[in-house]
Amino acid sequence: MANQSLALRHQFDDVVQQKDASTFGMWLFLSTEVLFFGGMFCCYTVYRSLYPAAFGIASNHLNLVLGGVSTAVLICSSFFMACAVNSAAIGKKNAIVGYLALTILFAVAFLVIEMSEWHMIYQEGMMPGFNFTYRELDPRHVQLFFSLYFSMTGLHASHVTIGIGLLAVTAFRAWRGTFTPEYYTPVEIVGLYWHFVDLVWIFLFPLYYLIARHLH
Amino acid sequence: MSEHIVTKKQYSLVFGILLVLTLTTTWVSYIDLGKLNVVVALVIAVVKSMLVVLFFMHVYWSTKLNKLVVVAGLAWLSLLLWLTLTDIFTRGWLPFPGK
Repeated sequence: MANQSLALRHQFDDVVQQKDASTFGMWLFLSTEVLFFGGMFCCYTVYRSLYPAAFGIASNHLNLVLGGVSTAVLICSSFFMACAVNSAAIGKKNAIVGYLALTILFAVAFLVIEMSEWHMIYQEGMMPGFNFTYRELDPRHVQLFFSLYFSMTGLHASHVTIGIGLLAVTAFRAWRGTFTPEYYTPVEIVGLYWHFVDLVWIFLFPLYYLIARHLH
Repeated sequence: MSEHIVTKKQYSLVFGILLVLTLTTTWVSYIDLGKLNVVVALVIAVVKSMLVVLFFMHVYWSTKLNKLVVVAGLAWLSLLLWLTLTDIFTRGWLPFPGK
């Protein structure tokens, strides 16, 4: 077999143990990521409960169409990632590359939509630190909302960007024929990371875009 | 053991449910449910994330050790939220300045 050295490294008893060790390590990392984002969600919870009215006003300034479409786009991306893992498991090399390319395409689309949203907020004068000219109801706490919005979506977008890099490397390795049905752990591990990125957005979307739609 | 191969059909089903739930949460947000709006939004988000974790991330078929890591991560997250929020929400309960 061509990838004997990759298929089983000598410290492991068998390929199953090796794969379980990798998955275990990735989940440990993802747990730390849960706490990383968790701190920010905690901060959000505190300030939203202290200033619910200002958060409602600020939330309705976000573009729901852009938010909704980017949510759907990211879910599509996650689905293609899952399909890439499936293709790897059944040994379809070209399908892995194709699905990873689709995953990357939708990830880039997500970033483009998010950037245009940020740009619109900037032009509306609601970007703290750069252009904040909002002077209507409760500007201080509206500013707090947008500070949290840009911190959390920004941190998320940086994860998406890193993910695109990881996906590109994995697609290249798949194209080179590194992966076999016996050894495709990197595809699966990158998949775990990518689904985690989707997971964070699943919470960001309702908590930022859907706070106060019923009030208008 | 992670040798279970999830089929594209299974993934497609989860994918469909995720899209429907996204539409549902957007639609429900336009209905005035008072304080329940945030509860409904979070319940739908939790259901969606469970679908992603269990099926897209294969935790449903993974080892007990892995499931333990997932549960431990969530336990630490709830500690983080619980201890911070009990502090924030109980301020002003005692008639001492600054408490």
